[in-house]
Amino acid sequence: MIRLEKRPEPSRAVSLATPVLAVLATMFFGGLLFMILGKPPIQSILTIFWEPLFGEFAFYYRPQLLIKGAPLVLIAIGLSLGFKAGIWNIGAEGQYIMGALFGAGLGLAFYPLDAWYIFPLMVLAGAFGGWLWAMIPAFLKVRFGTNEILVSLMLVYVAEQFLASMSLGLLKNPEGFGFPGSRNLQQYDAAFNAELIEGSGMHWGVVAALIAVIFAYVLLTKHRLGFAIRVTGEAPRAAKFSGVNPMRLILFCMGMSGLLAGLAGMFEVAGPAGQVTIDFNVGYGFTAIIVAFLGRLHPIGILLAGGLMALTYIGGDIAQSNLGLPAAAIQVFQGMLLFFLLALDMFTNYRLRFGRSAEAV
Amino acid sequence: MTDTKPFLALSGLTKAYPGVVANSDVSLSIAPGEVHALLGENGAGKSTLVKMIYGLVKPDSGQMQMNGAPFAPSEPRAARAAGVGMVFQHFSLFDALSVAENIALGMENAPKMGALSQQIRDVSDIYGLPLSPDRVVGDLSAGERQRVEIIRCLLQEPKLLIMDEPTSVLTPQEVEILFKTLRKLSAEGTAILYISHKLEEIRSLCDSATILRLGKVVGECTPAETSARDMAEMMVGTVLQTPTRAGKTPGDVVLDLKNLSAKSPSAFGMPLRDISVQVRRGEILGIGGVAGNGQDELLAALSGETLSAQGMVSFQGRDVGLLGPTPRRSMGILTAPEERLGHAAAPDMSLTENAMLTGAEREGLDKGGMLNWPAARRFAEKIIADFDVRTPGPGNAARSLSGGNLQKFVIGREVLQRPDLLVVNQPTWGVDASAAASIRQALLDLAENGTALIVISQDLDELMEISDRFAALNEGRLSEPRSAQGLTVDEIGLMMGGAHGMEVAHV
Repeated sequence: MIRLEKRPEPSRAVSLATPVLAVLATMFFGGLLFMILGKPPIQSILTIFWEPLFGEFAFYYRPQLLIKGAPLVLIAIGLSLGFKAGIWNIGAEGQYIMGALFGAGLGLAFYPLDAWYIFPLMVLAGAFGGWLWAMIPAFLKVRFGTNEILVSLMLVYVAEQFLASMSLGLLKNPEGFGFPGSRNLQQYDAAFNAELIEGSGMHWGVVAALIAVIFAYVLLTKHRLGFAIRVTGEAPRAAKFSGVNPMRLILFCMGMSGLLAGLAGMFEVAGPAGQVTIDFNVGYGFTAIIVAFLGRLHPIGILLAGGLMALTYIGGDIAQSNLGLPAAAIQVFQGMLLFFLLALDMFTNYRLRFGRSAEAV
Repeated sequence: MTDTKPFLALSGLTKAYPGVVANSDVSLSIAPGEVHALLGENGAGKSTLVKMIYGLVKPDSGQMQMNGAPFAPSEPRAARAAGVGMVFQHFSLFDALSVAENIALGMENAPKMGALSQQIRDVSDIYGLPLSPDRVVGDLSAGERQRVEIIRCLLQEPKLLIMDEPTSVLTPQEVEILFKTLRKLSAEGTAILYISHKLEEIRSLCDSATILRLGKVVGECTPAETSARDMAEMMVGTVLQTPTRAGKTPGDVVLDLKNLSAKSPSAFGMPLRDISVQVRRGEILGIGGVAGNGQDELLAALSGETLSAQGMVSFQGRDVGLLGPTPRRSMGILTAPEERLGHAAAPDMSLTENAMLTGAEREGLDKGGMLNWPAARRFAEKIIADFDVRTPGPGNAARSLSGGNLQKFVIGREVLQRPDLLVVNQPTWGVDASAAASIRQALLDLAENGTALIVISQDLDELMEISDRFAALNEGRLSEPRSAQGLTVDEIGLMMGGAHGMEVAHV
């Protein structure tokens, strides 16, 4: 008989090992899945993990890694603060959209003025838009005790409708021959989030993501507020006893995650995407949830997990076009990663015991 | 009683857990109608022993016999079928359900509600446990909840009733009523295994006693003929140190509560009603009362976890009712809640982090928001050293400590921060006798140095030992405090609300 036994203390070694084991398990079972779909398993896995980094066209894919990884890391850092405290913002996707709309909207309002302050103002506007959208579930939770999971999630769909309405209406390019979508910000220098080094993929969003990682690391390890976040997640009553105001913490964590998601949206729309379109959002806000957990809600872990997730995105695209793997299979593959991680997580606090139980249960 | 054949005989029972032998070669026997005490400190192995009898734990070796036949229950259901009933210390009742529904949930073949209600009325009538089957459990007092558990057992007509620390939630008057019920049961031939560490109770109720220490039987005695002190020393294994105190005159008023009323944060909690009391420098105010009568709520109102209206709580002349825990702590109001894991300490966090939890302000561990972890570690080490906390080091998680050691850590953390007012709830709950004595001594020393203390406890002996004045919480109201010297048990009982409308068994 196999049974689980609670460890006297959480195991640090296991906690560090589980992400690696989860990746290996995903490779194995993902390969199995691809095999069942009639694709060569080893080649598929290699295409996803090897091709983007060291393949023939790596020079093209490596910058893509930064471009795709940056929003994931930026959003996941924000989410991890709330998740650590037991505050579940599931609506980063909506906050990402609102950040993009506020940022792009402000930039386009200045068009065609050429001034140095436009881009910084767009950054502020993007952050504000995401923050504002996250404040809706935060305020409703604090004031009326609503469930932030549901409210923030539903607001994603509201934001998507709002995005469609904007790209068809207010923000539509007047010189766009009636096609939906805004002017392309890549062609508007004062608002363009250009690469800092040509061909590197390094744009301001990547810088912001790195700053966010450092900021979150210092906050969680050295600052009173970070400690309050951790205690609230571990033992809410103990946190309240120590003097944490749970309402204020909800407002901070929701606001911070919204703000970072908004920034991610703004950097995306002003840079790699270039314009507000109906299908501007591609699910970064949801994937970032996986990234946050894959990175163990730890800033450094999230940085690595963001890279890994970006890799599966890019590798998945390559596998789709080269091997004809269905897009759904790639999504299942990414889902497996979270699944295995959460399952293996169990062993941080429990260990397996083989043999008959000593006690009648 | 000695010449009757034993109803239950245990011989050589041994049970080991990883790292600790909970029971080693334990033998005892209980005759029908005998009230047998099982005496021992926390961690002496009492619970493990009764869990084996009740089928929750399987012994590693040794035999049990019931009426001469081998008895090895594989699960509680089998034990119950054999006639063993158990009333646990912690009730397993659903607040939102009625008495009858709760009892039905615990029964194998529950009869129809109407029939069951009649049975409950019959049993409660016979044994003097008045209880309406239709009442909602959430509205019952602790004593009444216990009766639900007892009636649930009695409905199965047990031949052996195990009671785990039944009086810790009762007033002295309620204890007397319970004892009458138990005596009646015993007269009818029901054997009773009575677990407690309250020696006077055992002397008045039990026919025989088995004393456990560190999992071994260290003595047997006839309680009526043995002094409480002798039993205590058998239980602890050493000569007990009684805390000492010097006479003193109380100083200025530190805490002034005026008509403090506050709602309870939890649905079935007890609101505080119109509490007025003053506590002076160097004084210990002992607050007794049955659990659930506003103890947690009072502590929360003083710690700042719940806020109160203007003018209700003054500390050193300043109104603090609207301040949260952090400013109150900076001013010198420190508290230690009853529940160690999850309230006073975060279970999965290290002792260093738990030292930071309340020590940040007064120990200067927080410099403009940035936390000084090395200093927090030193503070944790100091607590561990000064209060003899048994742990490998401050890096260990709070939950890895035993209850008593964590309690020492929690109390030590507050005591070492030089409070002006210290409020503790159940300071020695679950702590062994010598550690309890040292915690009480630390509290007395604080008072000696001018701290005002409020000690909330359900252990009346403890309160009488250290309090200058005594008051009791009953239904959220605080009785008029009285000088602790010369208070009789009867007077204390009446302050605690008397028998809460309960009646004596109609014997």
